[in-house]
Amino acid sequence: MMRLRIGLCLASVFVASLALAQGGIDKRRSGYQDMGPSLQKMQDDGTANPGMLFVQLGAQAWATPAGAANKACVDCHGASGATMKGVALRYPAIPEGADTPADLEARINLCRTANQKAAPLPPESRELLSLSAYVAHQSRGQPIAPPDDPRLAPFRERGAALWAARQGQLNLSCAACHDDNAGKKLAGVTIPEAHPTGYPVYRLEWQTLGSLKRRLRNCLVGIRAESYAYDSPEYVMLELFLMERARGMAFEAPAVRP
Amino acid sequence: MANVLINAPKTARRGEIIEIKALILHPMETGFRPGTNGSIIARNIIERFTATWNGDEIFRIDLSPAIAANPFVSFFAVATDSGTVSLRWSGDEGFQVEESIAITVE
Amino acid sequence: MDRRRFLAGTATIVVLPFASARATPGSMAAAISQVVGDAAVRRGRVTLDVPPLVENGNTVPLVVSVESPMTAVDHVKAIHVFNEKNPQPNIFSARLGPRNGRAVVGTRIKLGDSQTIMAIAETSSGEFWSASADVIVTLAACLEEAS
Ligand code: HEC
Ligand code: HEC
Repeated sequence: MMRLRIGLCLASVFVASLALAQGGIDKRRSGYQDMGPSLQKMQDDGTANPGMLFVQLGAQAWATPAGAANKACVDCHGASGATMKGVALRYPAIPEGADTPADLEARINLCRTANQKAAPLPPESRELLSLSAYVAHQSRGQPIAPPDDPRLAPFRERGAALWAARQGQLNLSCAACHDDNAGKKLAGVTIPEAHPTGYPVYRLEWQTLGSLKRRLRNCLVGIRAESYAYDSPEYVMLELFLMERARGMAFEAPAVRP
Repeated sequence: MANVLINAPKTARRGEIIEIKALILHPMETGFRPGTNGSIIARNIIERFTATWNGDEIFRIDLSPAIAANPFVSFFAVATDSGTVSLRWSGDEGFQVEESIAITVE
Repeated sequence: MDRRRFLAGTATIVVLPFASARATPGSMAAAISQVVGDAAVRRGRVTLDVPPLVENGNTVPLVVSVESPMTAVDHVKAIHVFNEKNPQPNIFSARLGPRNGRAVVGTRIKLGDSQTIMAIAETSSGEFWSASADVIVTLAACLEEAS
């Protein structure tokens, strides 16, 4: 069954595009604009968007002490979460004292280990996703704003190279779909421009919240390429590239996607 | 731990018809899906959602495995008197959750 | 290629949220007759609001609205929704009354395949009214690694 599903990607049938004419100066489209009105409504309505359940869980985790330090996020970052406003817009970034970039999940885990003296939360665990949804939600509606840190440039360039490189059994690059064929149909699904505006995202296919990494892994599987390990630097490089490519676009987390 | 989002007005005029929307975290496992080891994952669904207004049942819905994960239910109610609207979810594996909201009717 | 055909075609070769057993139009009819008995089911008064083309069958928003004054003497008692192709024909059954003011119920459903959905409303006078809708389910591309 899995094989059949992947087979759809394999087929890479590009059915004629129904993409609407794009207006304005900024022609970039968020995946939100590719969804039908009922899914857009689901994302916009705070009690219809299932991602908001995770934001609520995140608010609880934010106030719960953990680790040997027995400290909660609130103890250092304040009760309201307002200190996290704008933070998700500028990740991945290089944490103080480090020399490689961390994405938001990794930055949260840094506080887990260094400040709470607790074990890092596993990737895609409910608690990590909830905390990152809670932090990301504080930036909803604001423009994506990657930091002007020259140390990030080489990582971002490697991300750009990964984006352009053909890989997998299908010998396709990310760009082949998301730059060259965005707006067209792939086995009935509109190929989005792949802007990371909504992560963590409630993907209907998953029936739960998931990170940008999980989404990227799905695309790698789609082209039958080897997925990188969850902690490998390639994801962060791709994320750096994608965030720069989406600079200025409105942040939507937690978004809904099919 | 229960994780529920409820959307309803806090105040209403007497006789006004208000909408109540509720979302709850729950897998709604169908009982028809194979798991990683090939055997079927046991059904685990919410079977019933009930709403009471100051103790009187005003709405009830029986759900099936065909309801999406993290079930969402919306319905309407006539604002009769101030008090408590209680929402209750119950289902497989002894699932029982109740959440109440206060409403002021003028 | 005709787009509807194409989508329906892809939908049939891929197994969606439900694996084996499937409700058939026959079992939907049986489930309906369990609810309505011998009474006639008339078309009308019911609106079934569901997107005609669904981007993912795992979560499909659905709203049923019934024209009714919702008074003590004339109201909708129940709303039932059925489908043809999920493993079980029943989707939900809601109990309503005059305290609802409006006979409108919304939820989100799973649809394993393109199919017809039917909503039936039972009134306080024992009448049955119905509406049906065809839904085309497209498939998500690029899914998870095989587990
Ligand atoms: C003992 C204090 C302490 C605790 C507890 C703590 N943090 Fe931090 N956190 C810090 C410090 C110090 C920094 C780095 C300085 C800064 O950027 O504000 C930081 C930075 C961060 C950042 C990056 C902020 C930015 O502007 O780039 C995030 C996100 C974050 N913490 C999340 C969390 C979360 C989530 C928790 C709870 C799981 C948590 N922190 C717990 C002290 C703490
Ligand atoms: C065969 C075409 C194809 C290739 C190649 C591909 N993707 Fe995708 N990608 C898709 C489709 C289709 C979707 C939307 C999936 C859906 O809705 O089911 C998507 C979704 C995404 C999204 C989510 C966008 C959003 O709105 O949330 C991101 C990010 C993404 N892809 C990044 C990548 C990256 C990075 C690569 C290269 C490693 C890549 N993709 C390769 C087809 C492709």
